[in-house]
Amino acid sequence: MNLKKLVIEPLRKANPVTVLVLGICSCLAVTAKLKPALVMGLSVTVVTAFSNLIISLLRKGIPSRIRIIVQLVVVATLVILIDQFLKAFAYDVSKQLSVYVGLIITNCIIMGRLEAFALSHGPVESFFDGLGNGFGYSLILIIVAFFRELFGSGTLLGYQVIPQSFYDAGYQNNGLMILPPMALIIVGIVIWIRDAGRRDVRHET
Amino acid sequence: MNIVNLLIRSVFVDNMIFAYFLGMCSYLAVSKNVKTSAGLGVAVTFVLLITVPVNYLIDKYLLSAGALAWISPKFAAVDLSYLTFILFIAIIAAIVQILEMVIERYSPALYSALGIFLPLIAVNCAILGCSLFMQERAFGNVGEAAVFGLGSGLGWLLAIVTIAAIREKLRYSKIPKALEGVGIAFIITGLMGIAFMAFMGIKL
Repeated sequence: MNLKKLVIEPLRKANPVTVLVLGICSCLAVTAKLKPALVMGLSVTVVTAFSNLIISLLRKGIPSRIRIIVQLVVVATLVILIDQFLKAFAYDVSKQLSVYVGLIITNCIIMGRLEAFALSHGPVESFFDGLGNGFGYSLILIIVAFFRELFGSGTLLGYQVIPQSFYDAGYQNNGLMILPPMALIIVGIVIWIRDAGRRDVRHET
Repeated sequence: MNIVNLLIRSVFVDNMIFAYFLGMCSYLAVSKNVKTSAGLGVAVTFVLLITVPVNYLIDKYLLSAGALAWISPKFAAVDLSYLTFILFIAIIAAIVQILEMVIERYSPALYSALGIFLPLIAVNCAILGCSLFMQERAFGNVGEAAVFGLGSGLGWLLAIVTIAAIREKLRYSKIPKALEGVGIAFIITGLMGIAFMAFMGIKL
């Protein structure tokens, strides 16, 4: 199978968030600023890729009746590693992410890919499939965080982007952007823009 | 802390969906008609009411720093908090499994209403999320934790039933083609979230 295709496809055509609506769960809460969103996207990518790899290596030995528990244990172990790593090397980001790091365990993208791909494919392919889906997920987080931070705080990654002269001329940050509901509305608009003008997408209603 | 206050806050102000985006996956997937979404909502509330206090006890007497001191003073320096995630998820999966068996045995009617949703719940982020929030907020006793779980569940139930009712009516309205289905559901949830922000200033 073509490895490049496995990585590229989830970015647009089979994006886990906008097409399959997986993993949207908790993680929108980290998109008020760009930096936590980047860290979150990266963490999820690492967990998806490695849990796919590990489960794919083990797939012949796991009895199918208890596979969910085995998957949960593998994923939870990886998430604990990520959590400890963040606490050690990026303490302030890990404080901002608070409980949402732990919630990577129940992120449906990971379980979905394990069930749909890793259990039936070889380790190398599964690893790249995990990477691709992680990137597709990060892409959405980054788009949402970009707009929320730009219009909500006038900064990007903490640096002032909107010049001071705008504020002097009466420009105001849009406080609504920082609040949770806007994240949902932006995802809705992203889906809208992506599907506009495309005939082949058929959402079930 | 006032129990009623805690309950009201966790239903309306700190609503699981509108304030924390927890349990979005099943919220979007199952909210196509009111009846099934009410069933799932009740099941989530039920599981939260049981798992949050149990995880509270686990956290207090097993995981947090110095928690093992009740066994013997030798263990006073042990800190197992890095095991939180794996233990919480295991407890939740186990409780869901046990609940399923108990309900099947003693109340077949309830089982046929909740049955199909129970296995789904183990991987619902609202359940794990609620336990993690409980740990972060450090409640004073197990009763408060239970009320918090109940309130969060009711808030989730409220959210999913409301959006299901709206989506049932949406079938008859003209939505731009590209926005149909999931897209519009996101935007509606956002608008409902803005409406719920009106509760923010409430003090009891």
